[in-house]
Amino acid sequence: MRQQEFEQQYQSQWAAFAEKLSLLERRKQRHQLPDDDRNDFPQDYRAICHSLAIAKERQYSPQLIEHLETLVLRGHQILYTRRTQLLHQIVAFIANGFSYRLQQHLKLFWTTHAIFYGPAIILFILTLLNPDMVYSIMPPDQVNQLEAMYDPEQKSIGRLRESDTDFLMFGHYIKNNIGIGFRTFATGILFTLGSLFFLIFNGVYFGAVSAHIVAIKYQSTFFSFVIGHGSFELTAILISGMAGILLGWSLIAPGNISRLDALKLASKKAIELMYGAILFLVIAAFIEAFWSSSSNLTNTTKYIVGGSLWFLVYLYLLWPRKAVQS
Amino acid sequence: MLDTNHQVEVPEGLEINLPVAGPVPRALAFMLDMLIRIGIYMLLSFVLGIMGHFGRGILYVFVFLLEWFYPVLFEVLMQGATPGKKMMGLAVVHDDGTPVSWSASLVRNLLRTADMFPLLYLTGLLSMMLNKQFKRLGDLAAGTLVIHKKSYSHRGKLKVCPAKQSPVALTLDEQSAILHFGERSQQLSKARNHELVSLLDPLVDGNSDEQKTEKLLGIANWLRGHR
Repeated sequence: MRQQEFEQQYQSQWAAFAEKLSLLERRKQRHQLPDDDRNDFPQDYRAICHSLAIAKERQYSPQLIEHLETLVLRGHQILYTRRTQLLHQIVAFIANGFSYRLQQHLKLFWTTHAIFYGPAIILFILTLLNPDMVYSIMPPDQVNQLEAMYDPEQKSIGRLRESDTDFLMFGHYIKNNIGIGFRTFATGILFTLGSLFFLIFNGVYFGAVSAHIVAIKYQSTFFSFVIGHGSFELTAILISGMAGILLGWSLIAPGNISRLDALKLASKKAIELMYGAILFLVIAAFIEAFWSSSSNLTNTTKYIVGGSLWFLVYLYLLWPRKAVQS
Repeated sequence: MLDTNHQVEVPEGLEINLPVAGPVPRALAFMLDMLIRIGIYMLLSFVLGIMGHFGRGILYVFVFLLEWFYPVLFEVLMQGATPGKKMMGLAVVHDDGTPVSWSASLVRNLLRTADMFPLLYLTGLLSMMLNKQFKRLGDLAAGTLVIHKKSYSHRGKLKVCPAKQSPVALTLDEQSAILHFGERSQQLSKARNHELVSLLDPLVDGNSDEQKTEKLLGIANWLRGHR
């Protein structure tokens, strides 16, 4: 059969399929298509595939082949869309999947603790022994700012602010803290170096700041402030770093598969950890903006609630879970 | 071939070509998206600025969402294209040509930070240069591709003219080349047409360039089945 005859014979079929595609590609118009037409879609798609196969085999003109290829690709995208049941997946993930994924990499989880809290403890001790140490970590005006924030004489704590700015601070925490988590994760793909840098840097900073606060005896305002959201925030940063290290490590030691495949596998696991980290960071921003800074609560309440949150976070993460297949 | 095509075998046993997009159209799409985002920021800060501290809080949340989730939302919900990509005719798909999923899109967009390192997407550009499919690090990890959704060549019409049998037997490749020429000849300048036809001197003979072109188009018509 010559190309012209071939085109004449199937032209209307292709045009009808193209029309159907343009309806199906728009979410809103999808429902306008009758049920029968929708059910026939796989058959129609296969017919187009058949046309393309014939056109290729008979070496018809490149433009005809390209036209059919475009139709096949569009059909392919409609037919093979990956189905997601979002709500169900989210519930299952929070109830089970997240902790399960984390527990699969328990060794890495504790290693990340060492990477973050190790430098933090060392700097804490060093700064206690030598209070001037804090000036080698951060510039003097930043130290002054920090002291002003946690001055017990100050009415509101945490950041210099009035009480009606809770929501402003919430926005600020969301933007900054989750951003830090994301960066800690993403830069891990550079052979884990970025994640390691952010973890150690934040650990050093945290250790030095806490020790400085203790040295100037502001601890009652500082620790009552950080204990509430610290459980979620610090753990989320650790998990972000852990996910980043997972990515980078797959490039360093891919095992029996190619580096590219190892990276793809690792990123599937890492993104699950990141979903959990995002959740934790959002919770942390809530607590930090609306609870930690509240001046109506006594320090004892804050310590008790904050302490229980720490306990609950680790209980949630480490409680044995059912296996899920990914 | 010089084409930057990525071949995918679909379950129907066919191979289709995905035309992979290079750094330049992608950078342009990114800039367009950037402009759109800046526009939204300005609008938001104007509207929310009136609302004092509360408005500023909301603004921060929006800035965060736009910064990190703007591409994810559009890529998943709008056939793989942010507005900028759509304007450039690009789309994000999985390696196997299927539409991009939530987690893949999130991976590729979170890893943007690493691609931007140290500045101006240098890491990403390096990564794109090092593989055949122009993948930046995010694409490598997520298993995604950025493709041209619209093909370059609009479907041209072969000019109908008296069909003429080729004086010699042509191989399939040659036939397909002549057909391709026929379909594109109206998009090419006259001079280019003549230049191409003159390469086939013994095949098409004639006094003027116009005559030769006419003859070659005749052969194309004949090959296509016009009698």
